[in-house]
Amino acid sequence: MRILSLAGRRLAASIPTLFLILIGVFLLLQLAPGDTVDALMAQMGGGDAATAQQLRKFYGLDLSVPAQLGNYLWHLVRLDLGFSSIYGKPVATVILERLPPTILLMTASLSFAFFFGLVFGVVAARGVNRWPDTLISTLGLIFYATPSFWFGLMAIVVFSVYLQWLPSGGFQDIGTVQTGIRGVLDIAAHLVLPTLTLGLIFLAIYLRIMRASMLEVLNLDFVRTARAKGLDETHVVTRHVLRNALLPMVTLIGLQAGTMLGGSVVVESVFSLPGLGRLAYESVVQRDLNTLLGIVFVSALLVIVVNFVVDLLYARLDPRIAAEG
Amino acid sequence: MSDTVLSLDALTVRLPKGADRSHALSDVSLSVASNEILCVVGESGSGKSMMANAIMRLLPNEVTIERGRMMFDGRDLCAADPAEMREVRGAGIAMIFQEPMTALNPLRTIGDQIGEMFAIHTGLSKADIQARVRALLEDVRIPDPKAAAKAYPHELSGGQRQRAMIAMALALDPKLLIADEPTTALDVTTQAQILKLIRDLQQRKKTAVLFITHDFGVVAEIADRVVVMQHGAIVEQGAADTVLNDPQHAYTRQLIAAVPPLKAPPPRILSGKDILTIDGVSKTYRTGGFLGRGARVTEAVKNVSLRLPRGATLGIVGESGSGKSTLARCIVRLIDPDRGSVVLNGKNWAKLGREEIRRETRHIQMVFQDPFASLNPRRKAAELVAQGPIVHGADRASAIAEARQLFELVGLDPSAGDRFPHEFSGGQRQRIGLARALALKPDVLVADEPVSALDVSVQAQVLRLLAGLRQQLGLSIIFITHDLRVAAQICDLVAVMKDGAVVEQGLTSEVFGRPQHPYTQALLSAIPGGDFTRKRDALIA
Repeated sequence: MRILSLAGRRLAASIPTLFLILIGVFLLLQLAPGDTVDALMAQMGGGDAATAQQLRKFYGLDLSVPAQLGNYLWHLVRLDLGFSSIYGKPVATVILERLPPTILLMTASLSFAFFFGLVFGVVAARGVNRWPDTLISTLGLIFYATPSFWFGLMAIVVFSVYLQWLPSGGFQDIGTVQTGIRGVLDIAAHLVLPTLTLGLIFLAIYLRIMRASMLEVLNLDFVRTARAKGLDETHVVTRHVLRNALLPMVTLIGLQAGTMLGGSVVVESVFSLPGLGRLAYESVVQRDLNTLLGIVFVSALLVIVVNFVVDLLYARLDPRIAAEG
Repeated sequence: MSDTVLSLDALTVRLPKGADRSHALSDVSLSVASNEILCVVGESGSGKSMMANAIMRLLPNEVTIERGRMMFDGRDLCAADPAEMREVRGAGIAMIFQEPMTALNPLRTIGDQIGEMFAIHTGLSKADIQARVRALLEDVRIPDPKAAAKAYPHELSGGQRQRAMIAMALALDPKLLIADEPTTALDVTTQAQILKLIRDLQQRKKTAVLFITHDFGVVAEIADRVVVMQHGAIVEQGAADTVLNDPQHAYTRQLIAAVPPLKAPPPRILSGKDILTIDGVSKTYRTGGFLGRGARVTEAVKNVSLRLPRGATLGIVGESGSGKSTLARCIVRLIDPDRGSVVLNGKNWAKLGREEIRRETRHIQMVFQDPFASLNPRRKAAELVAQGPIVHGADRASAIAEARQLFELVGLDPSAGDRFPHEFSGGQRQRIGLARALALKPDVLVADEPVSALDVSVQAQVLRLLAGLRQQLGLSIIFITHDLRVAAQICDLVAVMKDGAVVEQGLTSEVFGRPQHPYTQALLSAIPGGDFTRKRDALIA
């Protein structure tokens, strides 16, 4: 119960942050030259000043900046994200269409990075300064140092073009839309390469953190106590070290949820996935302010939710948190 | 004599290259019989803990057993393979450690961790294990064993945690119990209880105990036989009475002599003028709570009034949590007292503003407990000492030159100023800490447990140094300690604190000679080896 109230308080505290972010992004975009109407006119192949004037009036762009901001926030309070003039649909609909690939991609990469980071971190820490450690640490460094778009492109070259094992892009096979289990498999096949590409960088980070925190915990006194009880090494690790070593990893998930959303822009572009990241990129190019703000709002919500879950998880893992309050 | 449980025969343990000596242990031979407590005494670095780890075969990777035999239960532990060793650990030989806080896994309940002993070595069912755990916790006299089994380590006090550790170690009735400084981190009254508990359980279960300590007071309290170690070798061993009353080796004599006497030296004449008066100082901590709900209020210091005559030393003694460190920090204004006044040289420190405090802080300086943690490891010793004067406007060159003179004053080589803190020993570092505090030529020195982290012989040196400086520089000192023997040695006046309040104060000889408050009496009677020291003091006198 204490944990819930603690996390609930954190949740309430993040609402002002959310509004600050939105206002900041709104004002920042006002500084960029051109607006939605300019982009629309360019798409239409140009038009006269009167039409532009009319369009601006229609979309409420002729108002002063504070009035526009006020309008937007007032709509937002009523959970209305506005209307996207580029896509001709409500922003909420546009985002909802694009959300599933991104969420899938994020969850998959996060799980991949977390799981293998943990496993490799443990293996590296167990054989510290011997060959498994050196190999894993070197590989981790390479993954971390390589730009993800290059990884993505190379993965396409090798696995899609040369070996022809996996599709090179997209979310589903457009030619033959499949349903049921085959549909799921189809999506899974499309997501393998993007997941690996996005996950590898995070894998490298998790691996290093896990290795370092394992090494630290292995030196603590209670590990010596566990050994003095007659516990064998495997059980020492699984029963005493692992949970303690996991704490920094869990913190990291919360911190990196945002970074991962940013990373998905690149990966979705490389693999032409119709996700949130690409939508954000397109909205910027097309000066689609409403959609962009909607994306910022949803992304911020995602990050807040992830952190909320991480808080709960952390309190579950570490009994000292609930006590300190 | 009863049968031997463990015998070490010429055990030699090699340290990795680059260590300060080639062997952690050289040719150590000893034996422990069932139903006896063998105390291994030595200062830090004597190899006594290394010996405990060697017996458990839990040495760090680079440290190896070079030769020798460790016979336990008819087999040589030096030759045992890992699987055999795991059977011995916990079931045959169990261990308790110094820090009960860190020696328990913070994420698992006490009951779970004790139960693990049975899970490893026996095939008992879960319900059986639970019942056994409960019985064990009752055995070690933890209050409310049922709740304790469900508690996490951070929810218990230090003494309770150590009781849980003992319960865990004795779970499978091991033949040998190795206790590595089990009471060093505890308060004196808790220490007395834990020592009694270990003694009681040992006698009831006829366990052999290898008790490692640096404190001859503890030895006098608990040991049947004593082994004295220095630099990894045994210099003397024998029955406790013989070693304590008739030590043969020079090192043993030095160690016993370094145990401070309980009696205060004859009082010095104190100045009639007070340099520092503390009047009605209170400090309350509030933690946690949301809009006043569930807040925990801790009254750390309650209405404390003290006077420090010019040139005198006022000791503040008490157990951990008694508020003595908070009081010290209030006096130097590292924290702000809620109420009361601290008057130094006619100025009320409790009311000064931040800016004034920074200017005036040269009149009152503090020495901290941990000589390792309180010096910046990236700065040279002379710079550390000169830093204060430079901040207060001295020019760099003269400040450094003065720092070198201070080094001589505190008994260090002036050329040592070019070295970094890690190149000094603990005692030397505390001398640097002293030099740092003295660099500003303070009128009052507040020393917070300045010798608690030091070995007895080093402790004696630092105390002598402090007494000398007091004379030489006319310093007035507030000396905070949990160790009554140390307080008796150096303090003219003493104030006993309990739960944030001063329960008794007065001349040291009077407070310690004729304690009035029951708490002071309890503290004095809890000092390990009190009888032995009193007897010795009587002999000397």
